Amino acid sequence: MEKFTVLKGLVAPLDRANVDTDQIIPKEYLKSIKRTGFADALFAAWRHDPNFILNQPRYKGATILLGRKNFGCGSSREHAPWALIDYGFRCVIAPSFADIFFTNCFKNGLLPVVLREDEVDKLFYDAALPGFNLTVDLESQTVSTADGSKKFRFEVDAFRKYCLLNGLDEIGLTLRHEDKIRAFESRRKTQFPWYF
Amino acid sequence: MPQTLYDKLWDSHVVHVEDDGTTLLYIDRHLVHEVTSPQAYEGLKVAGRKPWRVDSVVATADHNTPTTNWDEGMAGVKDKFAKLQIETLDKNMKEYGAKVYFPYLDKRQGIVHVIGPEQGATLPGMTLVCGDSHTSTHGALGCLAHGIGTSEVEHVLATQTLVTRKMKNMRVNVEGPLGRGVTPKDVVLAIIGRIGTAGGTGCAVEFAGSTIRAMSMEGRMTVCNMAIEAGARAGMVAVDDTTIEYVKGRPFAPRPPLWDSAVAYWKTLKSDPDAKFDREVTLDAREIKPHVTWGTSPEMVTSVDSVVPDPDKEKDSTRREGMERALVYMGLKPRTRITDIKLDKVFIGSCTNSRIEDLRAAAAMVKGRRKAANISVAMVVPGSGVVKAQAEKEGLDRIFRDAGFEWREPGCSMCLGMNPDHLSPGERCASTSNRNFEGRQGEGGRTHLVSPAMAAAAAIAGHFVDIREWR
Repeated sequence: MEKFTVLKGLVAPLDRANVDTDQIIPKEYLKSIKRTGFADALFAAWRHDPNFILNQPRYKGATILLGRKNFGCGSSREHAPWALIDYGFRCVIAPSFADIFFTNCFKNGLLPVVLREDEVDKLFYDAALPGFNLTVDLESQTVSTADGSKKFRFEVDAFRKYCLLNGLDEIGLTLRHEDKIRAFESRRKTQFPWYF
Repeated sequence: MPQTLYDKLWDSHVVHVEDDGTTLLYIDRHLVHEVTSPQAYEGLKVAGRKPWRVDSVVATADHNTPTTNWDEGMAGVKDKFAKLQIETLDKNMKEYGAKVYFPYLDKRQGIVHVIGPEQGATLPGMTLVCGDSHTSTHGALGCLAHGIGTSEVEHVLATQTLVTRKMKNMRVNVEGPLGRGVTPKDVVLAIIGRIGTAGGTGCAVEFAGSTIRAMSMEGRMTVCNMAIEAGARAGMVAVDDTTIEYVKGRPFAPRPPLWDSAVAYWKTLKSDPDAKFDREVTLDAREIKPHVTWGTSPEMVTSVDSVVPDPDKEKDSTRREGMERALVYMGLKPRTRITDIKLDKVFIGSCTNSRIEDLRAAAAMVKGRRKAANISVAMVVPGSGVVKAQAEKEGLDRIFRDAGFEWREPGCSMCLGMNPDHLSPGERCASTSNRNFEGRQGEGGRTHLVSPAMAAAAAIAGHFVDIREWR
């Protein structure tokens, strides 16, 4: 997994609530056995609209997606974060995320940042101006504007932060506890043999 | 300290806890299908890892399998990308193995969330995961079941654990008898209408109350299935005699003498009387009517005797814009009566509503009638080969065929339209599935979520009807 430390990038605002993963990547693009190659599939149906943000030259090269509440609801498809990453996004900022999407992001080096609704409102206001950039600093857990006029703090679980900052393979980390897993499994097998 | 059902299921599976609360949770059952597993097996291979416990895996191909042309064998899969996914699952099963694999064309193949309980591969007290958000379905059996992403599929394969955090406890109580024509689907749509599509985010939801207790296991599965549509990864129902009767004798259920010890344990799987919930909601079942969604999110739902809502009456601007966009997409005008909405297609199937009781309820509405002329296709897609065989034994297939419905092979089908079954742009469908998102059943397609009886009646009438008044 690619590390995430500090990201300074252009912001693309997607002003819709409840953006579901069927919109992020429609099902016709799920028939791949690979983890990459989904950039063109990102928001495929909405990209038919010439005014959609990803069709506007001013947002070309954006690495930060600004969203509304309940971002990523619906299907568990990990193709959603894969498509966002393939397109070039490394961070999604929203007032709330759906649980499965939120988890999937961390597994792929895509940072989901939860800010308060009023803070997100302010960012949407600023993002109306061309060339609006933000700096997302995972170490200090802050999102700030280039001119320093706004700085918002966000929360992130210590373990997830550690994995993301260091780009760690979670399976490798878990297997450090291999003995514990085996011991648990053997106790469970004795106590509840019908699950084995 | 008194515990909730979720607390008990959680505590009995904790392997290790980090300082920040991140937990390694042991996984008993891992359901695998063709769309979200290839990258996980590929990841294992690249890292030189092996599955931790092969006999925890139950696999099937369901998402993109055709529901026609089964007599042609694999040649019946015309989509080369779908075919590659099905063959990749075959290959991975051959290479790595599973407790049991129901491949495409097997007579026990079916939707992963139908076959788990049906085969007794889903048991009370388990932790169960699958790379599919509707894994919440299995919680109906009193287990902790939720959807995961593909990286987590790989993690569970490699370590038999999930890195996760405890969710909050939420309880939804539904009390009282259900009226005529009102089904578990209407109950869960009413719940989503009440708490919203993010109402259960961050929570494990226990469904409780006399209405839930009185439901069959299949009804409870329909309710838990759509917990995710209220934002809750996991939905669950406490174990009772209905649960135990359901599990008894299924192919992978424990047999005597283990059966008695299992039952004794399973009977403890309920929330303690004074257990604390972070959030609690109560609905009166007597107020629930047959429901129909009108928009592009499951929370955009109303009762069949009502009208399409007017965005102008919505004060919240984000919500209002969402409603306006949904009405444009759905091609509907505010204040249109739900029963005046004309349909083009009808889909009866999906992990929400494709079990035998669903098909019986739909057949009861259809018997001796014909589908309306404006309905181009009314298709019935059983949840599994086992459901299909049972329905045929009861003669339900004949009832549907005589009415002009198509009787298909099992699979996910037009719930998500990954296979050839989908809507064309602008087509309007009454569907027993779980998501009415834009493009869900085909780009530009318009989905209205309803119960099987409501969908069947709509196919006959050509528009929605209030089945409480239908004779």
